[in-house]
Amino acid sequence: MADKLLEIKDLNVIYETDESTVYAVNGLNLSINEGETLGLVGETGAGKTTTALSIMKLLPEKIGLIKKGEIILDDINVTNATEHDMRLLRGDTVSMIFQDPMTSLNPTLTVGEQIAEVLELHKKDMNKEQVQKRVEEILELVGLPAERKSEYPHQFSGGMKQRVVIAIALACEPKLLLADEPTTALDVTIQAQVLEMMKELKDKLNTAMLLITHDLGVVAETCDRVAIMYAGEIIELGTVEDIFNGNKHHPYTDGLFGSLPDLTKKTRRLSPIEGLMPDPTDLPSGCPFHTRCNKCMDICKTEKPKITVDNSHMIKCHLFK
Amino acid sequence: MSVDLIQTKNLKKYFKTPKGELHAVDDVNFNIKRGQTLGVVGESGCGKSTLGRTILRLLEPTSGEVLYNGKNILDYDFKEMQEMRKKMQIIFQDPYASLNPRMTISQIIAEPIKVCKTITNKIEIDNKVYDLMETVGLAERLVNTYPHELDGGRRQRIGVARALALDPEFIVCDEPVSALDVSIQAQILNLMMDLQEERGLTYMFITHDLSVVKHISDEIAVMYLGQCVEKTSSDELFENPMHPYTRALLDAIPVPNLSRRNKSKGIIKGEVTSPINPKPGCRFAARCSEAKPECTSGNFELKEVSKGHFVACAKYS
Repeated sequence: MADKLLEIKDLNVIYETDESTVYAVNGLNLSINEGETLGLVGETGAGKTTTALSIMKLLPEKIGLIKKGEIILDDINVTNATEHDMRLLRGDTVSMIFQDPMTSLNPTLTVGEQIAEVLELHKKDMNKEQVQKRVEEILELVGLPAERKSEYPHQFSGGMKQRVVIAIALACEPKLLLADEPTTALDVTIQAQVLEMMKELKDKLNTAMLLITHDLGVVAETCDRVAIMYAGEIIELGTVEDIFNGNKHHPYTDGLFGSLPDLTKKTRRLSPIEGLMPDPTDLPSGCPFHTRCNKCMDICKTEKPKITVDNSHMIKCHLFK
Repeated sequence: MSVDLIQTKNLKKYFKTPKGELHAVDDVNFNIKRGQTLGVVGESGCGKSTLGRTILRLLEPTSGEVLYNGKNILDYDFKEMQEMRKKMQIIFQDPYASLNPRMTISQIIAEPIKVCKTITNKIEIDNKVYDLMETVGLAERLVNTYPHELDGGRRQRIGVARALALDPEFIVCDEPVSALDVSIQAQILNLMMDLQEERGLTYMFITHDLSVVKHISDEIAVMYLGQCVEKTSSDELFENPMHPYTRALLDAIPVPNLSRRNKSKGIIKGEVTSPINPKPGCRFAARCSEAKPECTSGNFELKEVSKGHFVACAKYS
């Protein structure tokens, strides 16, 4: 059994504002082994990004609070680590790729300077020449010519900017990479290039990755295990084979697959999930999905479903017992 | 045999930029039959949206013709065009930006009716608004809410209701679902297909998502840098893609099953080149894996390779 790199136990995150309390993550359990890619799938507002930000401890100050649970990353308990400790961790052990490459780079610094910044902070023993050499190396690793390090972000296209962001994230060879919808803002052909590159780099550097996405296609092509998230909970978790080829599924997972137009089949109508994601300030009792579920039973409305485990496959639903 | 509702002939739209002429739409010919859907696919910057807007004359074309029921609408004067606009409407991409935040839902949906004065009686307008809201699946209680109070899916339903307010024949749908979550996306797609069946609407469906386009279209046109490179029926395009760009596009879509995992794909290198003062020859030549020297000179026009299958590529000319 491979070593557990990240373990999240019973995580509860809320956003507290003057008007209401948003229950963003509710009792989430998750672990990632070394070198493994875990896909975290869910719709807007499911709490995917909040989970990633909690791992980085980058939740908005005073508003976003970890109410309960712990996050253990590489034997360090992130939940009670100090800001100073976190600074040493971020960018070195764990780094994050944000969704929008257009806004996550500093427009006033050259891309070379932005990559060098990470190295200067974490690799204090490197001298200037070594840093520059590493910048060139890493740029070539992500498929950009090294001489472009003295250019500014606006001189790059969207796909290339995302490569720069990945270069920054990988500069210190982190053990865990949190990729928050890394290809959503890109065109399909560019998306294919970036995904291919990320897969290669992951194998080369043996980095574990938490890939946040809403695109099940991307998951099928890149991930080892998949977690489906709904209203701040993981409702199904398994290997890609369990999720894509298995026959037992949470009704929400079935709904997600039914919503996708299938390229190989000719169906006139899609079978979407009716209704909307519940309001996170006022979650329904029992199973959070019961308001939209077509297999809803009486018990679903009152009692929270327990976890059913079948080897590597876990489902949180009253249908399976 | 149904007749063509929309036909374009050598439609061109160039924009003047400090660096030269930007060929956003360059010599595009296609036709859409009444009651059918033409899907237009391509990457960002290939001129899909400009094409949609040019057809509606929201942008004046540089040259070419747009025939609506056989008549060139580019010859119409302002008044005639105003009449025409009742028949052709548009649904915009971003449901967050295309609704006026200071108007209520009923005002937004009623606006086209008030502008075109198709109904003047106030009570009748209200009734029409309620009808439209019901058609697109918006609850009656939302009538006095503002767009910011609603989620993306509901907002896009308002966009659809607004486009239907004048009972148009033809609707340009400019990426209507790309800003929405998959489950909501499926709801809107179902709604649009139901409406088409009920009202015999003709759609031009612009999108970058090939699985969506296959689902909704009868015919598909693939665009690359302002030009249409392949055009055929939806099934034929997916079964037998001929243009190297189309094949690369199809290859690049992530498929939600495991059959293609770990198989090498023909990923195309490089990125879309600049549409400003394009070089002669095939515009895809720089990224094409099958490019030959002759691809960089001469013009490749759409040629009918097999019945109803048009391709613009040196391989087939």
